[in-house]
Amino acid sequence: MIEIKGLSVQLGEFRLNDIDLAVDEGGFFVLMGPTGSGKTILLEAIAGLVPVRNGSIVISGRDITRLPPEKRGVGIMYQDYALFPHLTVTGNIKFGLRYRRHDTKSTDKRFRKLVDDLGIGHLLHRCPDTLSGGELQRVALARALMVEPRVILLDEPLSALDPRFREEIRLLLKQTHSLSAITFFMVTHDFSEAISLATKAAIISNGVIQQTGTIHDIFQRPSSAFVADFVGMKNVFQARFNKTSAEVGSLRMEIPHCHHSSCGHVAIRPEDIVIGLNDRESNLNNSFAGIITSIIDQGFVYEVHVSVYDLLFKILVTKGSAVDLALDIGTGVRLSYKSSAVHVF
Amino acid sequence: MGKRGPFYWVSVSCGIMVLAFIVLPLYELLTAPSSAMLRETLKDRNVIHSIWLSIYTSLSAASISFAIGTPLAYVLARSSFRGKHFIESIIDLPIVIPHPVVGIAILSVAGRNHWLGHIMSELGIRIMGSTTGIITVLVFVGMPFYINSVKSGIEGISPRMENVARSLGAPMWSTFVRITFPLAWRSVLVGFIMCCARAISEFGAVVVVAYHPMTAPVLIYERFEGYGLKYSQPVAVWLVIVCLSLFLVLRILALSGKKAP
Repeated sequence: MIEIKGLSVQLGEFRLNDIDLAVDEGGFFVLMGPTGSGKTILLEAIAGLVPVRNGSIVISGRDITRLPPEKRGVGIMYQDYALFPHLTVTGNIKFGLRYRRHDTKSTDKRFRKLVDDLGIGHLLHRCPDTLSGGELQRVALARALMVEPRVILLDEPLSALDPRFREEIRLLLKQTHSLSAITFFMVTHDFSEAISLATKAAIISNGVIQQTGTIHDIFQRPSSAFVADFVGMKNVFQARFNKTSAEVGSLRMEIPHCHHSSCGHVAIRPEDIVIGLNDRESNLNNSFAGIITSIIDQGFVYEVHVSVYDLLFKILVTKGSAVDLALDIGTGVRLSYKSSAVHVF
Repeated sequence: MGKRGPFYWVSVSCGIMVLAFIVLPLYELLTAPSSAMLRETLKDRNVIHSIWLSIYTSLSAASISFAIGTPLAYVLARSSFRGKHFIESIIDLPIVIPHPVVGIAILSVAGRNHWLGHIMSELGIRIMGSTTGIITVLVFVGMPFYINSVKSGIEGISPRMENVARSLGAPMWSTFVRITFPLAWRSVLVGFIMCCARAISEFGAVVVVAYHPMTAPVLIYERFEGYGLKYSQPVAVWLVIVCLSLFLVLRILALSGKKAP
């Protein structure tokens, strides 16, 4: 288990403030946040590569806060792989063996198995500058696993890969994690990576942890307007609550349960809102008439902005539905959503 | 390709002028003495001794720079701290100080009136008129070239490689020896060559600290002053040949591993 308590780091103008995190032993934890939020610095603080001002980092009951990086049992894998260009693939993978007691026979066996599992047996004598992105990533993973760390820190491991390798390496990471007892701690800004790989996650912004919990909680039950916006709940409004209804601007909408305070926010995911033509009544609890103010092409879908009185809703619509409904700017539409789709905080 | 405009021809003419300016005097110097004179000069023990002394002291100066300058270059490349620019300026000082002033400055520390000079004389170390003195002066003038070259070489290596090496269990020292140094060796070699080149050509500071034993530039100056151009030319030719071949060898070594772009 990784337990981070009250961790503060000051690096030039940037600060990590009072970070508290708990990561389960052998779990797959994801840290998400916008660019410049301090994700990589937090990774480097866990690895011992940046000086810590306050707080503690405990891994499996052992306080490693003041230990040098080589004594922590924490591996780090960077986005740009950072393979050693002057060593062959074998040289890279076996780099760390010199610093730990090992029995040559069992190490060789483990090396063979690792190389086979990762499918890099044919690359062993090559130098890193002749490898593709996916191959580099496999070698970097093998190098980190070879020394059997307790924790592997992955800094956006998939972001530098082209899409065909990304899927492949994502599966590989999942597989490798399930076969080992190592705790994986990954930084990413890709939600699909987070959802498919991790069980728990944290959101960081401006050097402060905004929310931590299960992946489901983070995406479905954001605890602040920032997290809601960050995880793609594009419809976040201030609200006043009255039993199971919420007053949002001049709208009154049904919410799933009573809220403990009278003021707060409501958030609705853009894909949870159904759009229909104005003349059709909806049987969903929340149904409002509005006018389309803009349509943004997002590749496979359109993001349709609908103005309802003083509110602007953002709704995702497939291109097929948009054509069927003949949606255009100025069209009057009816948008509806279940009360259970409204997240209250 | 379009018609070449005036800018092209101005660039070419300036280029030719610069090359001629460098090559012509050297060509005249190298071709002035006859081969018989060159052979004759080589039999002169003073000449051989001075050229050897120049090579020996320059290599020593570069080796000392390597030993004590490399860690400093590493620190300057990797860390940022208050006063770093100030330290960098101090390191560059020997480049801007006039050469005879360097000699005088070193003598003022090494003299008996100074506590350091006093300690050194107690220990039997003599700076004035000694090989030690020459090497001291050459380290002083050559060190900035070494440190600057190695510093920029290390800056070019991603610190992430060192981070990964540390996370794999390598202590700092081992990381430097196994990762940083092998990746920076070319700039270390270039720094070594630059330091050597600067040291072997030093005259002003050396002549103040040690007229004797005579390094090649001092010997050339002495012969020019005492006997004129003709007499100093053959020694100068030998010094140029030695320098050129030394640097050619090192340059080939430095470039041999580099892949063609």
